[in-house]
Amino acid sequence: MFLLQLEAILGNMNQTIFFILIWLVGILAFYTGKKRALSSLQKGGGVTSLPRYFGYCSIIWAILPALLLWLFLLKSDQLIVLFYILIATIPGWLLIFSNKPSLFHARKHFEKWLKIFLILCATFSVLVTIVIVSSVLFESIRFFKDVPVFEFLFGTHWSPQTAIREDQAGSSGAFGAVPLFAGTFLITFIAMCVAVPLGLFSAIYISQYASSAARKIIKPSLEILAGIPTVVYGYFAVVSFSPFLREIGEFVGLSISSESALSAGIVMGIMIIPFILSLSDDVINSVPRALIYGSLAMGATKSETVKNVIIPAALPGIISAVLLGISRGIGETMIVVMAAGLSGNLTINPIESVTTVTVQIVTLLVGDHEFDSTKTLAAFALGLTLFVVTLFLNLIALIVSRKYREKYD
Amino acid sequence: MTKKFKLKSGKKKHAYLHKRHNKEIRFQLYGITAMLISFTMLAILLISIISRGYTAFVKTEISLPIEFSESVLVPDDDADYGSLVKESLKKMFPEASGRSDRMLLYKLISNNSSYRLKNLVNNNNNLIGKTVDVWFFASADVDIFEKGYISREIEEDSRQIKDKQIVWLDKLKEQGRLRKVFNTTFFTEGDSREPEQAGMLGSFIGSLFTILACMLLAAPIGVFAAIYLEEFARANVFTDFIEINISNLAAVPSIIYGLLGLAVYLNFFGLPRSSSLVGGLTLAMLVLPTIIITTRNAIKAVPPSIKDAATALGASRMQMVFHHIFPAAMPGIMTGVVLSVARTLGETAPLLMIGMVAFIADVPKTMIDPATTLPVQVFLWSDSPEMAFVEKTAACIIVLLVLLAAINGFAAYIRNKFEVKWE
Repeated sequence: MFLLQLEAILGNMNQTIFFILIWLVGILAFYTGKKRALSSLQKGGGVTSLPRYFGYCSIIWAILPALLLWLFLLKSDQLIVLFYILIATIPGWLLIFSNKPSLFHARKHFEKWLKIFLILCATFSVLVTIVIVSSVLFESIRFFKDVPVFEFLFGTHWSPQTAIREDQAGSSGAFGAVPLFAGTFLITFIAMCVAVPLGLFSAIYISQYASSAARKIIKPSLEILAGIPTVVYGYFAVVSFSPFLREIGEFVGLSISSESALSAGIVMGIMIIPFILSLSDDVINSVPRALIYGSLAMGATKSETVKNVIIPAALPGIISAVLLGISRGIGETMIVVMAAGLSGNLTINPIESVTTVTVQIVTLLVGDHEFDSTKTLAAFALGLTLFVVTLFLNLIALIVSRKYREKYD
Repeated sequence: MTKKFKLKSGKKKHAYLHKRHNKEIRFQLYGITAMLISFTMLAILLISIISRGYTAFVKTEISLPIEFSESVLVPDDDADYGSLVKESLKKMFPEASGRSDRMLLYKLISNNSSYRLKNLVNNNNNLIGKTVDVWFFASADVDIFEKGYISREIEEDSRQIKDKQIVWLDKLKEQGRLRKVFNTTFFTEGDSREPEQAGMLGSFIGSLFTILACMLLAAPIGVFAAIYLEEFARANVFTDFIEINISNLAAVPSIIYGLLGLAVYLNFFGLPRSSSLVGGLTLAMLVLPTIIITTRNAIKAVPPSIKDAATALGASRMQMVFHHIFPAAMPGIMTGVVLSVARTLGETAPLLMIGMVAFIADVPKTMIDPATTLPVQVFLWSDSPEMAFVEKTAACIIVLLVLLAAINGFAAYIRNKFEVKWE
């Protein structure tokens, strides 16, 4: 089973054999290194560190060069590779046989390498950011060569269908993203109108009024909402909520589109409730007890304390929670892909169908195999916009909450 | 003290307090209402999905007496097994004589019946020449009709099941040739264009491979990065930059990671499109910040006395971290990792970008085979126009939610069982 996976990933059987062989050589090097240290001990020569550290050092020097060589230089499956790989393990053997265990400080040597490895792991997250930014930016620049930035950011017409033939009518396609931004903000706004009051009031109730036993039940069960995959919310919106809204609309004489911004927004709001709830619960709980007791001692009721003391004190934290919620709503994909529309209407009427940035990214890229058309590049430009906007919101949220923490720490 | 407070007295005082207490009660009511609304939403969501989906765990089968006649089966290679089913149906319902009637009649049975017969005969050669009752899958329309999703009352033209078919089905039911059984197909088959033959095994295995690939990359890197940041990093600009970077990465919309996967893994490295390997690698970037943050919190919770004790006994910094802190923080770290497995299982959007949305009938065998995952399967089925896929979608969601509940329960179990409460 494991071999099958390995073979599939590496491409063929020979590669798999080489890969396993390198590790086998590594194990051999480990035991040889350890044994040499042990025998030096028995001879009364003394060692600088525990014998296994000599083994670890030997593994590093035997395997690393061989793996690197195999990965970057000789990605072929010919048997001659085997020879090169075996040569590349020589540093390991050299380390074992040229150093005296009584002089060579194996533990320090090993720990040095371990630390390098840890640093590499930590920088990996920076690498991810760089890769995200550069890949999205690079493709966006290619897009902006075709479509001017100004037209993209301020154009009000979005129809990305580029024609197959040059002479076809409307062959250029229009890439004015304003309808998408408007749609995204409309849906996010509706979502926040649902999530902020519900989440905040629930948080206040849970932290101030509920008994600790009730709190232990209520909070986790509302957090179930946070664990439900977004595709489930999308399905719920399409199959249950939109038809329900339509019926209500018919009842009061409104024709609500089946892909209305209202339906997508409300369902997205339900998704964001637990997010707002747990973030604001945390900030409310971190308001110093002394402030609350002071207010209560002066004869204020609990609700007056909440309104006049807790909320003002926790405001920066609540604002940062709301900002994070907005950034979440803007970036949310599956709910809007399933429940919102595809055509870019520039409207603020919540019962009409609107489209969002994420919906367009998905529709532009799914099933499209060629990578150079303006259409696919447009998705990256939208992605860049999305990234910049959410980054901005997150940074503000971070700064606000840091300021807040400083205030009471 | 220039300002004098005038204490309200008598009735006035009473009214004032009354007003304040009413306000208090109203405020409390707001909180309860907000919570009740949230709970109602949760309940409606779960109920609407369960009520739609539970029927998909049952399927309708129809039994037909099949005459395995030698004349049809002996020219072995291209024996027409389909005709056996048709003959049997014709014999049972001789009244269906016209071409269109026959078509309606044949539509009762799923179109995989000939494969089933072929398998039966291949496994058991004695059948030839005998007449045996065989259970076949009913077609999807019959299935949802029998489950009551299609009303008999609506007009025939707008009904998938016609009047004649209803008569035949009732007759079959009278003869005991129609039964409902547990839908094993749903758990043992890959996707299919025919709803009655579609199952979720393919996407389940796809999810498994994706999680495996994701965790093999993200868990070690995330944990080691957290160890470095928590125990070794000096407070300088670079460390600060990494920290801000990680907290921002955690809030980047998941679809951006899909763009990353598309641009880097597929176009730059040329890894196979639609494969669970690429899916896993993409999601690894997504859960990396989460794993780093949870691991750091777990390490932070280990009391400094342990560090001091280890260092005092002569352990090096590395030994102190890897022999003492790391094992002590292990339950917390594992909880974090298990929770990010749940996150990986539920994630959909980035996988759409890297082409995991294709229709794939085969169950993937390795990580580089084209695959879908459970949530993507939900997305694909919810897009299908057939009514029978609606219950399949809901059933798939039920399976997904049960799995997620199990994973979260497992995380809670680890936390309660192994986590040490430091005094």
